Amino acid sequence: MADIVGGITTSHIPAIGNAIARGLQQTPYWKPFFDGYIPVRQWLDEVRPDVAVVLYNDHGLSFFLDRMPTFAIGAAERYPNKDEGWGLDVLPAIRGNVELSWHLIESLVADEFDLTICQEMTVDHGCMVPMLTMWPEAAGEWPVTVVPIAVNTVQHPVPTAARCYKLGQALGRAIESYPEDLKVVIFGTGGMSHQLQGERAGFINSAFDRMFMQALVDDPEVLTRLTTAELIEQAGSEGIELIMWLAMRGAMTRGASLRHAHYHVPVSNTAAGVLVVDNVAVPSATGAARPDVAIVGELEVT
Amino acid sequence: MAWNDHGYDRVPGTYVFNGRRAALGFGLNRMCMSFNDAANREAFRNDEAAYCERFDLTAEQRDAIRARDVLRLVQLGGNIYYLAKFGGIFGLTVQDMGAQQRGVTVERFRAMLQDAGEAAHG
Repeated sequence: MADIVGGITTSHIPAIGNAIARGLQQTPYWKPFFDGYIPVRQWLDEVRPDVAVVLYNDHGLSFFLDRMPTFAIGAAERYPNKDEGWGLDVLPAIRGNVELSWHLIESLVADEFDLTICQEMTVDHGCMVPMLTMWPEAAGEWPVTVVPIAVNTVQHPVPTAARCYKLGQALGRAIESYPEDLKVVIFGTGGMSHQLQGERAGFINSAFDRMFMQALVDDPEVLTRLTTAELIEQAGSEGIELIMWLAMRGAMTRGASLRHAHYHVPVSNTAAGVLVVDNVAVPSATGAARPDVAIVGELEVT
Repeated sequence: MAWNDHGYDRVPGTYVFNGRRAALGFGLNRMCMSFNDAANREAFRNDEAAYCERFDLTAEQRDAIRARDVLRLVQLGGNIYYLAKFGGIFGLTVQDMGAQQRGVTVERFRAMLQDAGEAAHG
C-alpha cells in the first residue's frame, strides 16, 4: 500500500528559482534562506520518497481567468514548465504518475471533491520552485514522479481554509488506499505573509506567520476557522496561499510530528517559511501522553 | 445590478481580485496573459497602441498601461500576477512594482522589507 511518509510546506517565490539558477545560494542575502533547506534535503535523502503530491497555485500559465478551476489535478505522463513572461529559466518537465493520479481522482470524487481533471497541464513556478529548492542538483532528473494539484488562490472567492484542510484529509485517505507500495510526500506550497498589490504592498506579519507555523503542527483545526478576510488581513492578499499549507496538514495523521522549521524574512517581498512534518506519531519528550500532537524540537526562527 | 460587500473590503490599500475586478479587468488580464509568449512581448514593444487595440481594454486601462501605472491598473481590474507579465517586458520586478504602488523608491521599499526581517529575527 502507498504510505504518506511526511509533508513539507514551503514558499514558492520565483526569486528563489532565479537565485538557484544564478548560483547565489551562498551570498549574504540568500544564505540564511537556503541554510534552512539543508535539513529538508537531509530528510528527503533519508526517506527517499517515490512520489510528490504538490499542492500549488497557478499564476497564469496553465489556467487563465476564462475558466478557473477551484481545484484541478494532473493526470498526465509529464508536466512541462514554460515561459511565464518575466525571465525565469524554463526547467525540464516533471514526470507524472498516471495510474496514481486516476486513483486519487476516483477516490477524491467519491469523497465529494469534484476536481477538474487535466490530461494536459503545464506547471509554473508555484510547482517548479519547490521542486528545484528540494532537489537543486537534480538538473531535471527529478528523483520523484509528481501529481500536481492546483488550488485557485488567484481569483476570489477562493476555497476556505477549512475546505482545503478537508481536501487534505480526503487526499490522505486517497493515497493510503492505493495498492502499490509507494512512499509519498506531500508539498503544501506558497506563503507565508506577503502582499504584492495595492498601497499595502510589502506587508509582512511575522507574528502571524510564527503562530501559523506552530498551530499548523499543534492544532490545525484552529487555523481552519480563519476566514478568507482574516487571512488577507493577517497574511496579506497573496498570503492567502497559506490555505495550501492546511491541505498538506490535512493529509497527515493528527499525531504527525515536526521535524524541521525555518523562517526567514525577506525573500523578495515575502516572508519565507518551511516545515517538515513526519507522518508518524512520536512520544513527547516527557513521555507523557499527548492526545493530539507530539513536537520534536522547537520552532526556531532564524 | 449589485456587487456584494466583503469582509476584506475593510483592509486598507488592498484590492482583492474578486468577481467585480475580474469582470472589469478581463481584457486587460487577457492581454497580460498573452505576454507569456516572447513574440507577443516583442509585438507589444514594437507598437504598444496597436497591440492594446487587439484586446478589450477601456480607455482608462489603456492610459494606465501607457503610464506604467501599476496601482491604477490594479484598481482597474488588473491582477498582480498577470501585471507581473506586463512588468516583465520592461524588466520591472515585483519589488519595483511594490515600491511604485506604495509610493516609495525601490531602495526604500527594500529597506522596509529588510527592517521587517530584522524585527522578525529579533
